[in-house]
Amino acid sequence: MAEFAYEPEPELSLGPGERAEAVAGQSPWRLAARRLWRNRVAMAGLVLFLLIVLVSFLAPVYANHIAHTDALQPNVNGTTVVNGKTVEVIQQGGGPLGLGENPIGPTWQTNYFIGADQNGRDVAARVLYGGRSSLLIGIGSALIACLIATIIGLIAGFFRGLTDSALSRLMDLIWAFPVYLLAITLSTVLLTTNGLQWGPIHLDASSLWIPTIIIGVIYVPYVMRPVRGQVLSVREKEFVDAAIAQGASNWRLVFSEILPNIITAVIVLLPLMIATTILTEAALSYLSIGVQPPNASWGTIIQDGQALLYTRPWVAIAPGIMIVLTVLSLNLLGDGVRDALDPRAKVRLRK
Amino acid sequence: MIKASRFAILGSVAALALLAAGCGGGGGSSSSSTSSTSGGGGKKGGTLNTVANAAPSGSPDPQINYTLQEWQLLIMTHDGLVAFKRVGGPDGFKLVPDLATSIPAPTDGGKTYKFTLRKGIKFSDGSTLDPQDVLSTFERLFKIKQSPNAGTWYAGIVGADACLKKPETCDLSKGVVIDKAANTVTFHLSKADPEFLDQLAVPFAFILPSSTPDKEVQIPPAGTGPYKWATYNPNSQIKLVRNPNFKVWSADAQPAGNPDVIVQKFGLSTEAEVTAVENGQADWMFDPPPSDRLTEMSTKYTSQVHINPLTAVWYYAMNVRIPPFNNLKARQAVNYAVDHDALVKIYGGPKLATPTCQILPPNFPGYEPYCPYTKNPGSGKWTAPDMAKAQQLMNESGQKGQSVDVITDTIEQDKAHGEYFVGLLNKLGFKAKLKALSPDLQYPYVQNSKNKPQFSWSSWYQDYPAASDFINILLGCGSYHPNSNASPNISEYCVKSTQDKIDQALNTQVTSQTKANQQWAQIDKILVNQAVWVPMFNPKYLDFVSKRVTGYQFSPQWYFLLDQASVAG
Repeated sequence: MAEFAYEPEPELSLGPGERAEAVAGQSPWRLAARRLWRNRVAMAGLVLFLLIVLVSFLAPVYANHIAHTDALQPNVNGTTVVNGKTVEVIQQGGGPLGLGENPIGPTWQTNYFIGADQNGRDVAARVLYGGRSSLLIGIGSALIACLIATIIGLIAGFFRGLTDSALSRLMDLIWAFPVYLLAITLSTVLLTTNGLQWGPIHLDASSLWIPTIIIGVIYVPYVMRPVRGQVLSVREKEFVDAAIAQGASNWRLVFSEILPNIITAVIVLLPLMIATTILTEAALSYLSIGVQPPNASWGTIIQDGQALLYTRPWVAIAPGIMIVLTVLSLNLLGDGVRDALDPRAKVRLRK
Repeated sequence: MIKASRFAILGSVAALALLAAGCGGGGGSSSSSTSSTSGGGGKKGGTLNTVANAAPSGSPDPQINYTLQEWQLLIMTHDGLVAFKRVGGPDGFKLVPDLATSIPAPTDGGKTYKFTLRKGIKFSDGSTLDPQDVLSTFERLFKIKQSPNAGTWYAGIVGADACLKKPETCDLSKGVVIDKAANTVTFHLSKADPEFLDQLAVPFAFILPSSTPDKEVQIPPAGTGPYKWATYNPNSQIKLVRNPNFKVWSADAQPAGNPDVIVQKFGLSTEAEVTAVENGQADWMFDPPPSDRLTEMSTKYTSQVHINPLTAVWYYAMNVRIPPFNNLKARQAVNYAVDHDALVKIYGGPKLATPTCQILPPNFPGYEPYCPYTKNPGSGKWTAPDMAKAQQLMNESGQKGQSVDVITDTIEQDKAHGEYFVGLLNKLGFKAKLKALSPDLQYPYVQNSKNKPQFSWSSWYQDYPAASDFINILLGCGSYHPNSNASPNISEYCVKSTQDKIDQALNTQVTSQTKANQQWAQIDKILVNQAVWVPMFNPKYLDFVSKRVTGYQFSPQWYFLLDQASVAG
């Protein structure tokens, strides 16, 4: 009869192709780094992600020194030079009726490389600026979610009983709301109440911190659950009993004994959480309740491009590609990190 | 006084409940590519297939619904005592007798109107129109409780006060006096209302059979027009078929329709609507076409496109009660700096909008061209921004460095306009940022003074041709309700001297429209000089019809006259 059972943590975990003598004496972190380094797919993900981060944070350099444009200021009546000819950035439609005003399409040159949006702004520059916002919010909110979730998970899992019940029900409450519905509600409230006021701290409604905090908070339960489970498991280990027998305080037990043994679970989750929060940010910004214009994020640019899909599809496609590449790279990296930190599944099927 | 983002909603529900004067339908003007022949011509027969993204919002009850979409259909199925002449061109604003034999001159200082009903008119259910139907229609207006303008447009009828307090027992027998023997109906008003006849010509006042239940109905009840409602399914379609009891009594007011059946199907995206019309699967699309299809329509389907100016205005309201726009020079600086060409470009180009500096739209009572906020003023038309003058006024205003929230909605075009203004205000020295709220939220939000809106987008489409429909509703003291979501005077402008002039013009209008128009023109200039708004442009309406549609007519009041078009081979 098959049953699920937790096996004791192995003394030494060997990854595929690893020899015991080669890893002997090395710390688990060094071993994990070594495994990650050898995982070509994960490293490709990491390189791609770092490349995206790099080009996004070089957005001002691109805008000021290459495209010579202001990615945030409308340029509806502006002109630009394409192949030596001065052309309007927003061009009147053709035909006998002269209907429609079309932004310039891709020039494949340094200025307006992939065209302009409805306000005459350089889409390539905005995609890079948008990347900064999307990455900052994505990484920031994932960190917030992981930090809060780790603290709550540690407290709930360690103290158990009433504390665990109260915190778990609170998480259940947040979890019960559909993610986007909760985010939309919070965003709308903060937008109409001029931001967030918390004692002396005031966050303006247009601040990037608003979507960062909202997205971070709504994903806390998604990280807290596995963290709590790990804490409940680790708390029963012999080394914890030994520490208790030695008279260790709760503080020491939590942060010196349990936390180091569950932190790998959080680290494994982090890249995947960043990918998820970047997608959530894009969705919220697409719905106009994330990053507030004229600031850009990939979601806001996709929304800008929606009205131009028929004539200027690159406005929507370009940020879409960036989102796909970013999420893909993070997922590859996340898989690699998981393999590196947890080469053997802890749950085994025993016959 | 239609507040509408996209023509779909004529009245913005709650906002209009407190309005002090009348509202009405959609608003348009002459047609660029249409005939203006009297109604009733054209080949008869066939089915006119139309498409819309969704069913008219709100209740289908004709005394509740406040959308252009349903009103365009209701005018073909129902009648009022008077009507706007059913033709294209400027004559479409003229009032003509409909169920009444003539339009009476008001007596008793403008407080009494006596109508004689035409004889022999039948409803589509077979019952015959009589004065009791008129009385019960107006009592029902209050009894159903949800009619958006019962408390404003029709509150002047004697007895309406009590009906508003106790709708269930509404008795208007003293305000709507009927004489069955003489076939007359006499309205008594508590005070003169120069727009009362206009308010009788819109669907809220269309006459229903007295047998109509005093509760909200889910399909418009029987009417007297050439069509009747056969189907109303908000998830699929509306279908109108011929009313067998209809006979033409006035081609001006209610001509016979051409198609035998008119269908409006729901559920297509605007992109799909364009494709359906291009392919001949639909004859007309209700919604404005998406901007990225305009060039295609302009090049390949030229003969199927009709563009007509609307009596409407898009504007940004500046709050004159709070900094920085409680400073006249700061307000004027913004008006001098704004590039109307850029705003028009964002909207779709000069073929779809005309720059304006005024409150009143062209071709409207009281309109006289006036634009001081331009380079080389004098012609009355805007030509170019005057940044030097704007910067000078900004320096004098002492408002540089002030924060400004530019509040708009999340619709792409409106957001783009908002982003333009953020850039402009920052260039002038303000610290501006955009606040883009959902369309449902934005209008109530900017109306509420509690939210301290500084610089707010709005638009207004006329209900009927009266200057007060813009000026008194949008900038009169009676439309400013502090801490209320229903306060259409977004600028919070209430100046006694201006309000006195508005009241005077309203009084003059009872006896002389010409003199009143002169007074409205003066008030328009005062408001422009006070720079309470940044008027952006007057929009135009684009109709896209299939190849088989002939006899297109555009009424400034009702827009495309569906039943006057022909689809029969």
